[in-house]
Amino acid sequence: MLTGLIAQLLNGVQYGLLLFLISSGLTLIFGVMGVINLAHGSLFMIGAYLAFGVASLTGSLWLALPVAVLGGAVFGAVLERLLFRRFRTRAHLDQVLLTFALILLFEEGRSALAGNQFHSVPVPAVLDFSVPVIGGFGYSAYRLAVLAICLLVAAGLVWLIERTRIGSAIRAAAENTEMLNLLGFDAGRVHTLVFAGGTALAMLAGALAAPLQSVYPGMGDGFLILSFIVVVIGGLGSVAGAFWAALLVGLIDTLGKAYLPQAAGIAVCAMMAVVLLWRPTGLFSRT
Amino acid sequence: MTAILSARDLSAGYGESRVLRGIDLDILPGETIGLMGRNGMGKTTLIRTLIGLLPALQGQVLLDGADAAGLPAFARARKGIAVVPEGRGVFASLTVMENLRLAATTGEWTEARVLDLFPRLGQRASHRGNHLSGGEQQMLAIGRALMTNPRLLILDEATEGLAPLIRDEIWRVIRIVREAGVAVVVVDKTVSAVLSVVDRVVILVKGQIAWSGPPEILRADPGLMHRHLGVDA
Ligand SMILES: Nc1ncnc2c1ncn2[C@@H]1O[C@H](COP(=O)(O)OP(=O)(O)O)[C@@H](O)[C@H]1O
Ligand SMILES: [Mg+2]
Repeated sequence: MLTGLIAQLLNGVQYGLLLFLISSGLTLIFGVMGVINLAHGSLFMIGAYLAFGVASLTGSLWLALPVAVLGGAVFGAVLERLLFRRFRTRAHLDQVLLTFALILLFEEGRSALAGNQFHSVPVPAVLDFSVPVIGGFGYSAYRLAVLAICLLVAAGLVWLIERTRIGSAIRAAAENTEMLNLLGFDAGRVHTLVFAGGTALAMLAGALAAPLQSVYPGMGDGFLILSFIVVVIGGLGSVAGAFWAALLVGLIDTLGKAYLPQAAGIAVCAMMAVVLLWRPTGLFSRT
Repeated sequence: MTAILSARDLSAGYGESRVLRGIDLDILPGETIGLMGRNGMGKTTLIRTLIGLLPALQGQVLLDGADAAGLPAFARARKGIAVVPEGRGVFASLTVMENLRLAATTGEWTEARVLDLFPRLGQRASHRGNHLSGGEQQMLAIGRALMTNPRLLILDEATEGLAPLIRDEIWRVIRIVREAGVAVVVVDKTVSAVLSVVDRVVILVKGQIAWSGPPEILRADPGLMHRHLGVDA
Protein backbone atom coordinates (compact mmCIF):
# COMPACT_ATOMS: atom_id res chain seq x y z
CA MET A 1 0.00 0.00 0.00
CA LEU A 2 2.59 2.53 1.13
CA THR A 3 5.16 1.31 -1.38
CA GLY A 4 2.49 1.56 -4.06
CA LEU A 5 1.82 5.15 -3.07
CA ILE A 6 5.53 6.00 -3.12
CA ALA A 7 5.84 4.47 -6.58
CA GLN A 8 2.86 6.50 -7.81
CA LEU A 9 4.22 9.70 -6.27
CA LEU A 10 7.57 9.13 -7.99
CA ASN A 11 5.77 8.36 -11.25
CA GLY A 12 3.74 11.53 -10.85
CA VAL A 13 6.78 13.71 -10.25
CA GLN A 14 8.64 12.13 -13.15
CA TYR A 15 5.65 12.54 -15.45
CA GLY A 16 5.24 16.13 -14.28
CA LEU A 17 8.89 16.89 -15.04
CA LEU A 18 8.54 15.47 -18.54
CA LEU A 19 5.45 17.64 -18.94
CA PHE A 20 7.55 20.60 -17.85
CA LEU A 21 10.07 20.01 -20.63
CA ILE A 22 7.23 20.23 -23.13
CA SER A 23 5.18 22.99 -21.55
CA SER A 24 8.11 25.30 -20.78
CA GLY A 25 8.75 25.64 -24.51
CA LEU A 26 5.05 25.99 -25.24
CA THR A 27 4.62 28.76 -22.67
CA LEU A 28 7.78 30.61 -23.77
CA ILE A 29 6.83 30.44 -27.43
CA PHE A 30 3.40 31.77 -26.59
CA GLY A 31 4.69 34.41 -24.18
CA VAL A 32 7.51 35.70 -26.36
CA MET A 33 6.11 35.25 -29.87
CA GLY A 34 2.38 35.21 -29.21
CA VAL A 35 2.11 31.98 -31.20
CA ILE A 36 -0.09 29.07 -30.17
CA ASN A 37 1.80 26.03 -31.41
CA LEU A 38 -0.52 23.04 -31.69
CA ALA A 39 2.31 21.11 -33.35
CA HIS A 40 4.35 21.19 -30.15
CA GLY A 41 3.11 17.69 -29.26
CA SER A 42 4.28 16.45 -32.65
CA LEU A 43 7.78 17.71 -31.83
CA PHE A 44 7.65 15.48 -28.75
CA MET A 45 6.62 12.58 -31.00
CA ILE A 46 9.44 13.32 -33.44
CA GLY A 47 11.87 13.22 -30.52
CA ALA A 48 10.56 9.81 -29.50
CA TYR A 49 10.84 8.44 -33.05
CA LEU A 50 14.31 9.89 -33.33
CA ALA A 51 15.23 8.00 -30.16
CA PHE A 52 13.72 4.84 -31.64
CA GLY A 53 15.72 5.34 -34.82
CA VAL A 54 19.01 6.07 -33.08
CA ALA A 55 18.50 3.22 -30.61
CA SER A 56 17.76 0.79 -33.47
CA LEU A 57 20.82 1.89 -35.40
CA THR A 58 23.34 2.16 -32.58
CA GLY A 59 21.80 -0.15 -30.00
CA SER A 60 21.89 2.61 -27.42
CA LEU A 61 19.62 5.40 -26.36
CA TRP A 62 22.41 7.65 -25.13
CA LEU A 63 23.35 9.10 -28.46
CA ALA A 64 19.68 9.94 -29.04
CA LEU A 65 19.65 12.54 -26.26
CA PRO A 66 22.24 14.95 -27.72
CA VAL A 67 20.88 14.25 -31.21
CA ALA A 68 17.38 15.21 -30.03
CA VAL A 69 18.64 18.40 -28.38
CA LEU A 70 20.91 19.57 -31.21
CA GLY A 71 18.64 18.32 -33.98
CA GLY A 72 15.66 19.92 -32.21
CA ALA A 73 17.45 23.25 -31.94
CA VAL A 74 18.31 23.28 -35.63
CA PHE A 75 14.85 22.04 -36.66
CA GLY A 76 13.18 24.65 -34.43
CA ALA A 77 15.36 27.45 -35.79
CA VAL A 78 14.47 26.48 -39.36
CA LEU A 79 10.74 26.27 -38.55
CA GLU A 80 10.86 29.70 -36.91
CA ARG A 81 12.76 31.35 -39.76
CA LEU A 82 10.68 29.82 -42.52
CA LEU A 83 7.20 29.72 -41.02
CA PHE A 84 6.51 30.91 -37.52
CA ARG A 85 8.19 34.30 -38.00
CA ARG A 86 5.59 35.15 -40.62
CA PHE A 87 2.72 34.14 -38.35
CA ARG A 88 3.81 36.02 -35.25
CA THR A 89 1.51 38.97 -35.80
CA ARG A 90 -1.26 37.05 -37.57
CA ALA A 91 -4.63 36.20 -36.03
CA HIS A 92 -4.71 33.22 -33.68
CA LEU A 93 -6.97 31.38 -36.13
CA ASP A 94 -4.26 31.58 -38.82
CA GLN A 95 -1.75 30.23 -36.31
CA VAL A 96 -4.09 27.37 -35.43
CA LEU A 97 -4.48 26.53 -39.12
CA LEU A 98 -0.72 26.65 -39.71
CA THR A 99 0.16 24.52 -36.72
CA PHE A 100 -2.67 22.06 -37.38
CA ALA A 101 -1.34 21.66 -40.93
CA LEU A 102 2.08 20.97 -39.43
CA ILE A 103 0.60 18.20 -37.27
CA LEU A 104 -0.82 16.52 -40.39
CA LEU A 105 2.48 16.98 -42.20
CA PHE A 106 4.53 15.55 -39.34
CA GLU A 107 2.17 12.57 -38.96
CA GLU A 108 2.38 11.87 -42.70
CA GLY A 109 6.15 12.09 -42.54
CA ARG A 110 6.24 9.76 -39.56
CA SER A 111 3.96 7.31 -41.35
CA ALA A 112 6.13 7.33 -44.47
CA LEU A 113 9.41 6.96 -42.60
CA ALA A 114 8.55 4.72 -39.66
CA GLY A 115 5.18 3.21 -40.48
CA ASN A 116 2.12 3.04 -38.27
CA GLN A 117 3.04 0.23 -35.89
CA PHE A 118 3.87 0.57 -32.23
CA HIS A 119 7.56 0.26 -31.41
CA SER A 120 9.32 -0.20 -28.15
CA VAL A 121 12.67 1.26 -27.22
CA PRO A 122 14.67 -0.71 -24.67
CA VAL A 123 15.82 0.95 -21.48
CA PRO A 124 19.61 1.49 -21.65
CA ALA A 125 21.37 -1.56 -20.23
CA VAL A 126 23.28 0.33 -17.52
CA LEU A 127 20.02 1.60 -16.06
CA ASP A 128 18.05 -1.59 -16.48
CA PHE A 129 17.73 -2.43 -12.80
CA SER A 130 15.73 -1.22 -9.88
CA VAL A 131 16.90 0.92 -7.02
CA PRO A 132 15.77 -0.21 -3.57
CA VAL A 133 13.65 2.53 -2.00
CA ILE A 134 12.15 1.08 1.18
CA GLY A 135 11.67 -2.47 2.32
CA GLY A 136 11.68 -4.76 -0.62
CA PHE A 137 10.35 -2.07 -2.89
CA GLY A 138 12.46 -0.96 -5.80
CA TYR A 139 12.02 1.78 -8.40
CA SER A 140 13.26 1.80 -11.98
CA ALA A 141 16.73 3.29 -12.23
CA TYR A 142 15.92 4.64 -15.67
CA ARG A 143 12.90 6.52 -14.35
CA LEU A 144 15.06 7.99 -11.60
CA ALA A 145 17.61 9.03 -14.21
CA VAL A 146 14.87 10.73 -16.28
CA LEU A 147 13.73 12.49 -13.12
CA ALA A 148 17.28 13.72 -12.43
CA ILE A 149 17.89 14.85 -16.03
CA CYS A 150 14.58 16.75 -16.12
CA LEU A 151 15.36 18.43 -12.79
CA LEU A 152 18.78 19.52 -14.07
CA VAL A 153 17.29 20.89 -17.27
CA ALA A 154 14.55 22.67 -15.32
CA ALA A 155 17.06 24.26 -12.94
CA GLY A 156 19.22 25.33 -15.87
CA LEU A 157 16.27 26.81 -17.72
CA VAL A 158 14.99 28.77 -14.72
CA TRP A 159 18.53 30.02 -14.10
CA LEU A 160 18.86 31.08 -17.74
CA ILE A 161 15.55 32.92 -17.76
CA GLU A 162 15.79 34.56 -14.35
CA ARG A 163 19.51 35.18 -13.90
CA THR A 164 21.20 35.84 -17.23
CA ARG A 165 21.22 38.72 -19.70
CA ILE A 166 19.83 36.44 -22.41
CA GLY A 167 17.03 35.57 -20.01
CA SER A 168 16.36 39.27 -19.44
CA ALA A 169 16.21 39.76 -23.21
CA ILE A 170 13.74 36.86 -23.53
CA ARG A 171 11.49 38.31 -20.85
CA ALA A 172 11.83 41.75 -22.41
CA ALA A 173 10.89 40.34 -25.83
CA ALA A 174 7.71 38.93 -24.29
CA GLU A 175 6.76 42.45 -23.19
CA ASN A 176 7.86 44.79 -25.94
CA THR A 177 9.92 43.68 -28.94
CA GLU A 178 10.09 47.21 -30.30
CA MET A 179 11.81 48.52 -27.18
CA LEU A 180 14.17 45.55 -27.20
CA ASN A 181 15.17 46.47 -30.74
CA LEU A 182 15.71 50.08 -29.68
CA LEU A 183 18.28 48.84 -27.16
CA GLY A 184 20.26 47.25 -29.98
CA PHE A 185 18.96 43.68 -29.68
CA ASP A 186 17.81 41.85 -32.77
CA ALA A 187 14.47 40.68 -31.35
CA GLY A 188 14.06 38.35 -34.32
CA ARG A 189 17.10 36.41 -33.11
CA VAL A 190 15.59 36.17 -29.66
CA HIS A 191 12.49 34.64 -31.26
CA THR A 192 14.59 32.12 -33.17
CA LEU A 193 16.45 31.22 -29.99
CA VAL A 194 13.24 30.71 -28.02
CA PHE A 195 11.65 28.57 -30.72
CA ALA A 196 14.82 26.53 -31.18
CA GLY A 197 15.09 26.01 -27.41
CA GLY A 198 11.42 25.05 -27.07
CA THR A 199 11.72 22.54 -29.91
CA ALA A 200 14.91 21.05 -28.44
CA LEU A 201 13.23 20.59 -25.05
CA ALA A 202 10.13 18.95 -26.55
CA MET A 203 12.26 16.56 -28.60
CA LEU A 204 14.46 15.77 -25.60
CA ALA A 205 11.30 14.96 -23.64
CA GLY A 206 10.20 12.62 -26.44
CA ALA A 207 13.57 10.87 -26.50
CA LEU A 208 13.57 10.44 -22.72
CA ALA A 209 9.99 9.15 -22.75
CA ALA A 210 10.56 6.63 -25.54
CA PRO A 211 11.65 3.73 -23.27
CA LEU A 212 8.90 4.54 -20.74
CA GLN A 213 6.03 3.95 -23.14
CA SER A 214 5.62 2.66 -26.63
CA VAL A 215 6.54 4.86 -29.55
CA TYR A 216 3.38 5.22 -31.64
CA PRO A 217 1.42 7.51 -33.97
CA GLY A 218 -0.18 10.46 -32.24
CA MET A 219 1.71 9.81 -29.02
CA GLY A 220 2.16 13.56 -28.54
CA ASP A 221 -1.56 14.32 -28.44
CA GLY A 222 -2.15 13.54 -24.78
CA PHE A 223 1.01 15.40 -23.83
CA LEU A 224 -0.06 18.42 -25.87
CA ILE A 225 -3.41 18.67 -24.11
CA LEU A 226 -1.91 18.29 -20.65
CA SER A 227 0.82 20.78 -21.58
CA PHE A 228 -1.77 23.38 -22.54
CA ILE A 229 -3.43 22.81 -19.18
CA VAL A 230 -0.04 23.29 -17.50
CA VAL A 231 0.54 26.52 -19.41
CA VAL A 232 -2.85 27.90 -18.36
CA ILE A 233 -2.49 26.88 -14.73
CA GLY A 234 1.07 28.18 -14.54
CA GLY A 235 0.22 31.50 -16.18
CA LEU A 236 0.82 32.17 -19.89
CA GLY A 237 4.48 32.85 -20.53
CA SER A 238 5.73 31.95 -17.05
CA VAL A 239 8.45 29.29 -16.95
CA ALA A 240 8.55 29.12 -13.16
CA GLY A 241 4.75 28.87 -13.15
CA ALA A 242 4.90 26.06 -15.70
CA PHE A 243 7.33 24.18 -13.43
CA TRP A 244 5.00 24.06 -10.43
CA ALA A 245 1.91 23.56 -12.58
CA ALA A 246 3.56 20.65 -14.40
CA LEU A 247 4.36 18.92 -11.11
CA LEU A 248 0.80 19.49 -9.93
CA VAL A 249 -0.76 18.19 -13.14
CA GLY A 250 1.66 15.25 -13.31
CA LEU A 251 0.84 14.20 -9.75
CA ILE A 252 -2.93 14.65 -10.04
CA ASP A 253 -3.08 12.84 -13.37
CA THR A 254 -0.93 9.94 -12.17
CA LEU A 255 -2.54 9.55 -8.74
CA GLY A 256 -5.99 9.98 -10.29
CA LYS A 257 -5.36 7.18 -12.78
CA ALA A 258 -4.08 4.92 -9.99
CA TYR A 259 -6.69 5.55 -7.33
CA LEU A 260 -9.72 7.11 -8.97
CA PRO A 261 -9.67 5.85 -12.55
CA GLN A 262 -13.30 6.93 -13.14
CA ALA A 263 -12.46 10.56 -12.39
CA ALA A 264 -8.90 10.79 -13.72
CA GLY A 265 -9.96 12.02 -17.12
CA ILE A 266 -11.72 15.06 -15.77
CA ALA A 267 -9.69 15.80 -12.62
CA VAL A 268 -7.06 17.83 -14.45
CA CYS A 269 -9.57 19.61 -16.67
CA ALA A 270 -11.68 20.47 -13.65
CA MET A 271 -8.58 21.91 -12.01
CA MET A 272 -7.93 24.09 -15.04
CA ALA A 273 -11.53 25.32 -15.04
CA VAL A 274 -11.25 26.27 -11.36
CA VAL A 275 -8.01 28.13 -11.99
CA LEU A 276 -9.48 29.98 -14.95
CA LEU A 277 -12.44 31.11 -12.87
CA TRP A 278 -10.53 31.87 -9.71
CA ARG A 279 -7.16 33.15 -10.96
CA PRO A 280 -7.34 33.63 -14.72
CA THR A 281 -3.72 34.82 -14.90
CA GLY A 282 -2.55 31.49 -13.50
CA LEU A 283 -1.96 29.93 -10.12
CA PHE A 284 1.70 30.93 -10.04
CA SER A 285 1.70 34.32 -11.74
CA ARG A 286 3.39 37.18 -9.95
CA THR A 287 0.62 39.72 -10.16
CA MET B 1 31.11 67.68 -40.05
CA THR B 2 28.88 64.78 -41.12
CA ALA B 3 25.49 64.71 -39.43
CA ILE B 4 24.72 61.69 -37.24
CA LEU B 5 21.19 61.50 -38.59
CA SER B 6 19.62 63.43 -41.45
CA ALA B 7 16.29 63.58 -43.18
CA ARG B 8 16.25 64.46 -46.90
CA ASP B 9 12.88 65.42 -48.37
CA LEU B 10 11.43 62.85 -46.02
CA SER B 11 7.77 61.81 -46.10
CA ALA B 12 6.34 59.16 -43.80
CA GLY B 13 3.14 58.11 -42.12
CA TYR B 14 0.86 55.22 -41.35
CA GLY B 15 -0.45 53.14 -44.22
CA GLU B 16 -2.20 55.46 -46.63
CA SER B 17 -2.13 58.49 -44.40
CA ARG B 18 0.92 60.65 -44.91
CA VAL B 19 1.87 62.49 -41.75
CA LEU B 20 5.27 63.99 -42.61
CA ARG B 21 6.02 65.88 -45.83
CA GLY B 22 9.33 67.04 -47.22
CA ILE B 23 11.30 67.11 -43.99
CA ASP B 24 14.93 68.22 -44.25
CA LEU B 25 16.93 68.02 -41.07
CA ASP B 26 20.50 67.42 -39.92
CA ILE B 27 21.38 66.35 -36.40
CA LEU B 28 25.06 67.17 -35.90
CA PRO B 29 27.38 65.53 -33.37
CA GLY B 30 27.11 67.21 -29.98
CA GLU B 31 24.27 69.58 -30.80
CA THR B 32 21.03 69.87 -28.85
CA ILE B 33 17.83 70.31 -30.80
CA GLY B 34 14.39 71.14 -29.44
CA LEU B 35 11.75 69.52 -31.66
CA MET B 36 8.56 71.46 -30.99
CA GLY B 37 5.01 71.71 -32.19
CA ARG B 38 1.50 71.22 -30.93
CA ASN B 39 -0.07 67.82 -30.33
CA GLY B 40 -0.49 65.68 -33.42
CA MET B 41 1.91 67.70 -35.59
CA GLY B 42 4.15 64.70 -36.27
CA LYS B 43 7.01 64.90 -33.76
CA THR B 44 6.72 61.28 -32.65
CA THR B 45 6.22 60.14 -36.23
CA LEU B 46 9.43 61.93 -37.26
CA ILE B 47 11.36 60.29 -34.44
CA ARG B 48 9.97 56.84 -35.28
CA THR B 49 10.97 57.29 -38.91
CA LEU B 50 14.47 58.48 -38.04
CA ILE B 51 15.13 55.51 -35.75
CA GLY B 52 13.83 52.93 -38.20
CA LEU B 53 10.46 51.98 -36.71
CA LEU B 54 8.56 53.49 -39.65
CA PRO B 55 9.64 53.29 -43.30
CA ALA B 56 10.21 56.42 -45.33
CA LEU B 57 7.46 56.74 -47.95
CA GLN B 58 9.54 59.20 -49.91
CA GLY B 59 12.95 60.76 -49.47
CA GLN B 60 15.69 59.39 -47.24
CA VAL B 61 17.00 58.98 -43.74
CA LEU B 62 20.79 59.15 -43.64
CA LEU B 63 22.92 57.74 -40.84
CA ASP B 64 26.47 59.13 -40.87
CA GLY B 65 25.75 60.35 -44.37
CA ALA B 66 24.74 56.94 -45.76
CA ASP B 67 21.23 55.84 -46.71
CA ALA B 68 19.75 54.06 -43.69
CA ALA B 69 16.82 52.44 -45.54
CA GLY B 70 18.28 48.94 -45.15
CA LEU B 71 19.13 49.38 -41.48
CA PRO B 72 16.56 47.99 -39.05
CA ALA B 73 15.97 49.76 -35.73
CA PHE B 74 18.34 47.51 -33.78
CA ALA B 75 21.18 48.21 -36.21
CA ARG B 76 20.63 51.97 -35.90
CA ALA B 77 20.63 51.58 -32.11
CA ARG B 78 23.98 49.78 -32.33
CA LYS B 79 25.33 52.72 -34.29
CA GLY B 80 24.75 54.99 -31.33
CA ILE B 81 21.16 56.19 -31.61
CA ALA B 82 19.30 55.90 -28.28
CA VAL B 83 15.66 56.71 -27.70
CA VAL B 84 13.51 57.30 -24.66
CA PRO B 85 10.12 56.78 -26.29
CA GLU B 86 6.77 58.21 -25.32
CA GLY B 87 5.46 55.91 -22.62
CA ARG B 88 9.07 55.17 -21.53
CA GLY B 89 9.24 51.50 -22.53
CA VAL B 90 10.49 50.28 -19.16
CA PHE B 91 10.25 46.47 -18.98
CA ALA B 92 7.73 45.84 -16.21
CA SER B 93 8.86 42.32 -15.34
CA LEU B 94 12.56 43.21 -15.21
CA THR B 95 14.16 44.80 -12.16
CA VAL B 96 15.83 48.20 -12.35
CA MET B 97 19.24 46.51 -12.59
CA GLU B 98 18.07 44.04 -15.24
CA ASN B 99 16.66 46.91 -17.30
CA LEU B 100 19.99 48.73 -17.06
CA ARG B 101 22.25 45.73 -17.66
CA LEU B 102 20.23 44.60 -20.64
CA ALA B 103 21.26 47.80 -22.41
CA ALA B 104 24.88 47.85 -21.26
CA THR B 105 27.71 48.34 -23.75
CA THR B 106 31.33 49.17 -23.04
CA GLY B 107 32.01 52.87 -22.82
CA GLU B 108 31.97 55.87 -20.53
CA TRP B 109 28.38 55.46 -19.46
CA THR B 110 28.77 52.66 -16.96
CA GLU B 111 26.32 51.34 -14.41
CA ALA B 112 28.18 53.27 -11.69
CA ARG B 113 27.95 56.53 -13.61
CA VAL B 114 24.25 56.11 -14.33
CA LEU B 115 23.51 55.28 -10.69
CA ASP B 116 25.54 58.31 -9.70
CA LEU B 117 23.40 60.42 -12.03
CA PHE B 118 20.16 58.96 -10.63
CA PRO B 119 20.80 57.87 -7.02
CA ARG B 120 17.14 56.96 -6.75
CA LEU B 121 17.69 54.06 -9.17
CA GLY B 122 20.33 52.59 -6.87
CA GLN B 123 17.87 52.62 -3.99
CA ARG B 124 15.33 50.78 -6.11
CA ALA B 125 17.81 48.42 -7.75
CA SER B 126 15.91 45.19 -7.17
CA HIS B 127 12.40 46.57 -7.76
CA ARG B 128 10.60 45.50 -10.90
CA GLY B 129 9.65 48.07 -13.51
CA ASN B 130 5.96 47.91 -12.68
CA HIS B 131 6.68 48.77 -9.06
CA LEU B 132 8.28 52.12 -9.88
CA SER B 133 6.69 55.56 -9.82
CA GLY B 134 6.36 57.45 -13.09
CA GLY B 135 9.39 59.58 -12.24
CA GLU B 136 11.49 56.56 -11.40
CA GLN B 137 10.46 54.86 -14.64
CA GLN B 138 11.51 57.92 -16.57
CA MET B 139 14.88 58.02 -14.81
CA LEU B 140 15.30 54.34 -15.60
CA ALA B 141 14.39 54.86 -19.25
CA ILE B 142 16.96 57.65 -19.56
CA GLY B 143 19.62 55.80 -17.58
CA ARG B 144 19.07 52.70 -19.67
CA ALA B 145 19.38 54.69 -22.90
CA LEU B 146 22.68 56.12 -21.63
CA MET B 147 23.97 52.59 -20.87
CA THR B 148 24.02 52.02 -24.64
CA ASN B 149 26.68 54.78 -24.83
CA PRO B 150 24.86 56.73 -27.52
CA ARG B 151 26.16 59.50 -29.74
CA LEU B 152 22.61 60.79 -30.00
CA LEU B 153 19.92 60.64 -27.31
CA ILE B 154 16.33 61.30 -28.38
CA LEU B 155 13.80 62.08 -25.64
CA ASP B 156 10.11 62.07 -26.57
CA GLU B 157 8.04 63.88 -23.92
CA ALA B 158 10.37 62.79 -21.14
CA THR B 159 8.95 65.14 -18.50
CA GLU B 160 5.30 64.64 -19.32
CA GLY B 161 3.07 64.00 -16.31
CA LEU B 162 5.89 64.28 -13.79
CA ALA B 163 6.02 66.33 -10.60
CA PRO B 164 7.97 69.63 -10.86
CA LEU B 165 10.88 68.42 -8.72
CA ILE B 166 11.34 65.36 -10.88
CA ARG B 167 11.13 67.43 -14.05
CA ASP B 168 13.94 69.58 -12.72
CA GLU B 169 15.93 66.44 -12.06
CA ILE B 170 15.41 65.28 -15.66
CA TRP B 171 16.41 68.66 -17.08
CA ARG B 172 19.52 68.63 -14.88
CA VAL B 173 20.50 65.27 -16.34
CA ILE B 174 19.78 66.41 -19.92
CA ARG B 175 22.25 69.27 -19.31
CA ILE B 176 24.87 66.85 -18.00
CA VAL B 177 24.41 64.57 -21.01
CA ARG B 178 24.73 67.53 -23.33
CA GLU B 179 27.88 68.74 -21.54
CA ALA B 180 29.32 65.25 -21.99
CA GLY B 181 29.17 65.81 -25.75
CA VAL B 182 26.20 63.61 -26.59
CA ALA B 183 23.87 65.05 -29.23
CA VAL B 184 20.34 65.45 -27.85
CA VAL B 185 16.93 65.84 -29.44
CA VAL B 186 14.21 66.83 -26.95
CA VAL B 187 10.51 66.87 -27.58
CA ASP B 188 8.81 68.61 -24.69
CA LYS B 189 5.81 70.78 -23.89
CA THR B 190 7.71 72.94 -21.38
CA VAL B 191 8.77 75.66 -23.79
CA SER B 192 10.86 77.71 -21.37
CA ALA B 193 12.86 74.68 -20.27
CA VAL B 194 13.47 73.58 -23.85
CA LEU B 195 14.59 77.04 -24.94
CA SER B 196 17.04 77.25 -22.06
CA VAL B 197 18.98 74.09 -23.02
CA VAL B 198 18.87 73.75 -26.81
CA ASP B 199 21.19 75.13 -29.51
CA ARG B 200 18.47 75.09 -32.12
CA VAL B 201 14.70 74.79 -32.35
CA VAL B 202 12.78 72.97 -35.08
CA ILE B 203 9.02 73.55 -35.16
CA LEU B 204 6.72 71.08 -36.87
CA VAL B 205 3.32 72.17 -38.13
CA LYS B 206 1.16 69.56 -39.83
CA GLY B 207 4.10 67.36 -40.64
CA GLN B 208 6.27 70.07 -42.14
CA ILE B 209 9.08 72.13 -40.70
CA ALA B 210 7.44 75.53 -40.24
CA TRP B 211 10.36 77.25 -38.57
CA SER B 212 13.86 76.46 -37.49
CA GLY B 213 16.42 78.65 -35.75
CA PRO B 214 18.16 79.58 -32.51
CA PRO B 215 16.10 79.73 -29.31
CA GLU B 216 16.90 83.42 -28.67
CA ILE B 217 15.08 84.50 -31.83
CA LEU B 218 12.04 82.44 -30.96
CA ARG B 219 12.01 83.76 -27.41
CA ALA B 220 12.17 87.32 -28.70
CA ASP B 221 9.23 86.82 -31.06
CA PRO B 222 6.02 86.18 -29.10
CA GLY B 223 3.95 86.26 -32.26
CA LEU B 224 5.91 83.38 -33.76
CA MET B 225 5.62 81.36 -30.59
CA HIS B 226 1.94 81.99 -30.34
CA ARG B 227 1.31 81.09 -33.95
CA HIS B 228 3.25 77.81 -34.02
CA LEU B 229 3.14 76.57 -30.47
CA GLY B 230 -0.04 78.11 -29.13
CA VAL B 231 1.77 79.47 -26.10
CA ASP B 232 2.55 82.92 -24.86
CA ALA B 233 6.11 83.47 -23.71
N1 LIG C 1 -0.24 54.57 -35.15
C1 LIG C 1 -0.86 55.55 -35.87
N2 LIG C 1 -1.70 55.24 -36.88
C2 LIG C 1 -2.31 56.20 -37.60
N3 LIG C 1 -2.14 57.51 -37.38
C3 LIG C 1 -1.32 57.90 -36.40
C4 LIG C 1 -0.64 56.94 -35.58
N4 LIG C 1 0.11 57.61 -34.68
C5 LIG C 1 -0.09 58.91 -34.93
N5 LIG C 1 -0.94 59.10 -35.95
C6 LIG C 1 -1.37 60.38 -36.50
O1 LIG C 1 -0.23 61.04 -36.98
C7 LIG C 1 -0.29 62.41 -36.67
C8 LIG C 1 0.97 62.84 -35.95
O2 LIG C 1 1.04 62.18 -34.70
P1 LIG C 1 2.32 62.22 -33.80
O3 LIG C 1 3.52 62.01 -34.63
O4 LIG C 1 2.09 61.28 -32.67
O5 LIG C 1 2.29 63.73 -33.27
P2 LIG C 1 3.02 64.41 -32.04
O6 LIG C 1 4.05 63.50 -31.52
O7 LIG C 1 3.58 65.67 -32.63
O8 LIG C 1 1.97 64.72 -31.03
C9 LIG C 1 -1.55 62.63 -35.86
O9 LIG C 1 -2.54 63.14 -36.73
C10 LIG C 1 -1.93 61.27 -35.40
O10 LIG C 1 -3.33 61.14 -35.30
MG1 LIG D 1 4.21 62.63 -29.64
